[in-house]
Amino acid sequence: MNWLGMHGLDQAPPWALGVAALLLVIGASIVLIGALGLLRLHTFYQRIHGPAITITLGTGSILLASMVVFTAAQSRPVVHELIIAVFLLMTAPVVSMLLMRAAVYRDLRARRLDAGVTAGGVYPAPPAGE
Amino acid sequence: MATLLELAVGYALVCVLAAMLLCTLRLLAGPSAHDRVLALDTLWMCGMLLSLVLGIRYGSQVYFEAAMLIALLGFVSTVALTKFLMRGEIIE
Repeated sequence: MNWLGMHGLDQAPPWALGVAALLLVIGASIVLIGALGLLRLHTFYQRIHGPAITITLGTGSILLASMVVFTAAQSRPVVHELIIAVFLLMTAPVVSMLLMRAAVYRDLRARRLDAGVTAGGVYPAPPAGE
Repeated sequence: MATLLELAVGYALVCVLAAMLLCTLRLLAGPSAHDRVLALDTLWMCGMLLSLVLGIRYGSQVYFEAAMLIALLGFVSTVALTKFLMRGEIIE
């Protein structure tokens, strides 16, 4: 159980470890909530909102916790987790938009109008037989 | 505080693994193909987070590089799958 002595965390300031533990608990809870939303919500257009908080808040909190732990363990600023954060902040909207466009296209094409794809008449359905 | 961090790392491992289990359930049950792609993308993200938490647990930088590779491959594979959902082919 005593594994923190392995990588120099026994000399680290206690408040840094407390901050890292708090960030880890918050991030992991948010990840679990996002996955629960992915499983429990009813239509696809509601379900796509669940992983959004997993990617932004959950990943951000765990990346911050990793930065705090390695900075405290090595007594120098370790910020290369920012690479993952910047990459995810750039790619998550792209993935969301591509997936949403594919879903709208496929639902309109298959005329699954009860799946929430028409958004209350904002998006017109294509005429039948196309 | 060190014991608190140990407990937090254990809790984070359990939560991320439970999230991966829920994503797998949605991947198996998802009624449409884009549901399955969304579940697979979330599964990639959860795998990346699992690698990061294991990096904190073992104090090694190798897990960070694994997490970066998982993030890159997850983005590329999800984009390829959405292209396939839109057009029915990936390379035009």
